[in-house]
Amino acid sequence: MTDMTLSHQPSPEAVKARAVLLGRSRWGIAEIAFWVIAAACYFLLPTKLSLLSEIAILGLLALSIDLVLGYAGIVTLGQGAFFGIGAYAAGLAAKHGAGAGPWSDPLIGLFIGGGFAALIGFLTSFLVLRGSDLTRLMVTLGVALIVDEIVNQAKWLTGGSDGLQGVLPSPVLGIWDFDLFGRTAFIYSMSVLFVLFVIARAIVKSPFGLSLQAIKGNPLRTRAIGMPVNGRLVAIYTIGSFYAGVAGALAAQTTQFASPDYVAFHRSADALLMLVFGGAGHLYGGLLGSIIFRTMQDVLGNITPQYWQFWLGATLVGLVLFVRGGILGLLAGLRDRATRNGGAK
Amino acid sequence: MSPKILLESRQLVKRFGGILATDHVDFQLPQGARHALIGPNGAGKTTFVNLLSGVLTPTSGEIFLDGVNVTGWSARRRAHAGMARTFQINQLFADLTPLETLMLTIAERENAGWSWFRPVGSRSDFVDEAMSLLRQLGIEDIAHGRVGVLAYGKQRLLEIAVALAQKPKVLLLDEPAAGVPEHEREQILDVVAALPGDVALILIEHDMHLVFRFAKSISVLVNGGLFVEGTPEEIANDPRVRKVYLGEEEVNV
Amino acid sequence: MLTILLDGIAYGMLLFILAVGLCVTLGLMNFINLAHGAFAMAGGYLTITLMQQAGVPFLVCLPAAFIFAAVLGLLLERTLYRHLYDKTHLDQVLFSIGLVFMAMAMVDYAYGANQQIVNLPEYLTGRINFLGASIGVYRLFVIVICSLLVIGLQLVLTQTRFGSRLRAAVDDGRVARGMGIDVTRIFAITFAVGSGLAGLGGALGTGIISFDPTFPLKYMIYFLIVISVGGTTTITGPFLAAILLGVADVAGKYYVPAVGGFIIYTIMVLVLILRPQGLFARGPAR
Repeated sequence: MTDMTLSHQPSPEAVKARAVLLGRSRWGIAEIAFWVIAAACYFLLPTKLSLLSEIAILGLLALSIDLVLGYAGIVTLGQGAFFGIGAYAAGLAAKHGAGAGPWSDPLIGLFIGGGFAALIGFLTSFLVLRGSDLTRLMVTLGVALIVDEIVNQAKWLTGGSDGLQGVLPSPVLGIWDFDLFGRTAFIYSMSVLFVLFVIARAIVKSPFGLSLQAIKGNPLRTRAIGMPVNGRLVAIYTIGSFYAGVAGALAAQTTQFASPDYVAFHRSADALLMLVFGGAGHLYGGLLGSIIFRTMQDVLGNITPQYWQFWLGATLVGLVLFVRGGILGLLAGLRDRATRNGGAK
Repeated sequence: MSPKILLESRQLVKRFGGILATDHVDFQLPQGARHALIGPNGAGKTTFVNLLSGVLTPTSGEIFLDGVNVTGWSARRRAHAGMARTFQINQLFADLTPLETLMLTIAERENAGWSWFRPVGSRSDFVDEAMSLLRQLGIEDIAHGRVGVLAYGKQRLLEIAVALAQKPKVLLLDEPAAGVPEHEREQILDVVAALPGDVALILIEHDMHLVFRFAKSISVLVNGGLFVEGTPEEIANDPRVRKVYLGEEEVNV
Repeated sequence: MLTILLDGIAYGMLLFILAVGLCVTLGLMNFINLAHGAFAMAGGYLTITLMQQAGVPFLVCLPAAFIFAAVLGLLLERTLYRHLYDKTHLDQVLFSIGLVFMAMAMVDYAYGANQQIVNLPEYLTGRINFLGASIGVYRLFVIVICSLLVIGLQLVLTQTRFGSRLRAAVDDGRVARGMGIDVTRIFAITFAVGSGLAGLGGALGTGIISFDPTFPLKYMIYFLIVISVGGTTTITGPFLAAILLGVADVAGKYYVPAVGGFIIYTIMVLVLILRPQGLFARGPAR
C-alpha cells in the first residue's frame, strides 16, 4: 500500500504527533518536585516519620485501587481483602521464617505478601469480568467479607481477633534494622512506593494502559477492534491485587503487627475515599488523597474522633455533589479552562 | 474464475423471544464486493450485521469468514481474522484523543496491545500510519483533542478511521453517513472509493443516492429475510421493491 | 430446633421490614442507598430516647419511629438524594457512605459508642410455649406485627391505584412516564415510606438487636444480601430472601458458629454471579 512507502519518511505532522504522545510520559517539574519533597520529609519532619510511612502505605493501597477503578473502571469495595492477605502472608513469613536465612528478609516478605494477594486476586478476577457496577461492588465486598471471616475464624493461623503477634522482620537486606524512630521504616516504605509508582506510571502510559482506559470507556468497541477485554481486566485486577498485597506486607512489617482491622470494610472504604478525594484516574490521586486524608484525620481526630468522622462524611457528600473528579480533576478542569481562554485571545 | 467468497452466511436465524429478527438468510460476499444492504426500518439490517460481526450469537445457522466456520467465535477473534465494522450509533472512547484511538487499534492489530513498558508513541511506524489515516479522512487537525467533545460529523469519520485501521478483509459499514453534513459525506464516499480493491465491503444505508453511487450489488432485507438480490438496475426497476418502499421513502435513481 | 426456626423467622421478618424500602428504591430508580440503615438507626435511637428519657410507652414509640424516619427520608430525598439519580453507582455509593459516616458520628457524639438496651414492657417479655416449642413473647410479637405489615404492603401494591402505578414505574420508568405517571412523586413517597419502615424496623429491633453507632454499616451487608438474593422486581423475592437469611443466620450462629458468616457471604457471591437478577426474581436471569 501507499502508506508503506511513506512510513520511511514520516510526515512533519507524524513527527509532531509522536512528540505529543511521548511528551505525555515525560517527567514534569511538578512530579519531580513531589518526590524530592517526599524524600526531604526525612529531614523536614523527623518526628513524624511513622505517620509518613503510614501515609506512603495508604497511598500505595489507594494507587492499587486507582489502577483497577480509575483506569480500568472496575468498581471495587473490597481492595482491603488483598491488603489484609498481603499483611498476613508477610507477617506469617516474618514470624515463622525468623532466622531462616534469606527467607526472613523483608523484601522476600514483600514478594510473598504481594504474590499471595496477586494469586487470590487472579482467582477472584473472573468474578468481576461481567456485571454492572452494582454487581461488581457487591461481589468485591462479598469476597472481602469472606476473607474477613477466614481471618477472624482461623485463630490457629492468624491469631483471630487478637491479631498476629510476634511479627519481627529481619533487617532490610540484612543491613538496616527497623528502629524505634521509624527511620528505616520510612526509607523502606518510601523506596518501595517509589519503585512501584514508577512501574504503575509506565503501565498507565503504555499501550496496555491505554487499552484499559478504552475498555472503561467502551467495552463494545474494544471487542470489535480485536482486543482481549477479559484478559486485560484479569491482568490489571491481578496487578492491583499485587500492589495492595505489597502495601499490606509493608504495613505488617513496619508496625510488626497484623490484625483483622486490616481486612475490615472500613479499610477498603477509606482507601477508596482517599482515591476519590485526590482524583480517580490520575496517577497522583491516591497519593495526594492519602496525604490529605491522613493529615485531616490526625488534626480533626485529635479534637474528637466523632468530629473527624462527621467531616469525612460531609466532605464526601460535598465532593460527590459539587466537585467531580476529586482535587486533581478540579485542577485539570481549571487548567483546561485556562488554556481554552488563552487560546481564544 | 469467479472471485473467492470472503464472507458467507448459511440459513442464519436470530430470534428475540417470539420475534424472528433474522429469517434463514443465505448470503455470500465475494472478494472486492461493493455490496449494499437496504430495507425498510426494522427489517433486521443491524441485527444481521451484529450477527456477522459477533456482537450477537445466532439462534441457528452458520457464518464463514474466508472459508473458516466462525459461528462460535467471539467478536474479538473475528476482528483478528480480518473483520471490521462501524456502528450505527458511534461507539468511541470519549476520554481518548482520535490519535490515541487509532494507536490503540493499530497496536491490537499488530498484537502489541499487551506491551506495558514502552510509552504509547514509541513505535513511530504506528504513529505515522495513524496520522496518515487521520489525514485521509481530513481530521488530522483534531488529532489531539478529546473525542467526547468533537462534532458529530467528525466522530462519524473517526468511526470509519478505526475500522480502516484494522486493515480488514471484510468491512461492514452500518449507516456511515447518517447525520453527517453534506460536505463531509463526500469525504466518506471518497475514502470508501479509495479502499484497496480486494477488500469486501457491505454498506447499510438509507440514503439511496449514496447506495446507487457506491454499490455494484444490492440485497433488500424485509422482515428479517432476504427479499431480493441483484444489480442496482435490477433493484431500481423491481416493482416489488418499489412496493416495499412505498410510504417509506421514494426510490429515485 | 423449632425454637431456632421461629427465632430465625422473627429475625428474618425484621430484616425484611428493615430492607424492603431499599429494595423498592433500587428497583424504582436504580439508586443504591447504602445509608438506608441510618434511617433504621434513627428509628431505633428515637425509641430508646423516648422510652428512657420521657417514659413513653413502647407501643407509642413504634408509630412515632415510623413517622420520624419517614419525614427524615422525605426531607433528605427532596434536598439531597434527588440530585444523585442520574449519577453513577460509584457516586451514589460514595455519597451514601458519606451520609452514613455523618449519621454515625452524630449518634456517637450524642449517645456515646456503648450499646443501648431498652427495657421492654412486661407484657412483651418472658417465653411461652408455642406448638411445643419455647419462644420469647417479643419474638412472637415481632412475627405478628411484621406479618401484618407484609400483608398490608402486598395489598397496597396489588390492590391500589398507587400500587399499580408503582409497579408500572418499576417495570419500565420510561414507559410509565410516557403514560403520564408522575414517577418523581411516586419515588418521593416510596422513599419516605421505605425510610419509615426502616425506622419502624429499627424501633422493633431494639428488643432483639443491640444498637450502637456502627449499626448502619453492620446491617448494610445484610440489606445487600437480601437485595442480591431476593432481586428488586417483586417484594416476595426479598421477603423469602430475608426469611432464609434470618433462619440461616440464627441457625448458623447456633450450630456452626465458626463458618456461619462464611457460608452466607459465599452464597451471596454465587447468586450474584450465577443469577444477577436475584434468586427469586421473576423471569430468567439475563
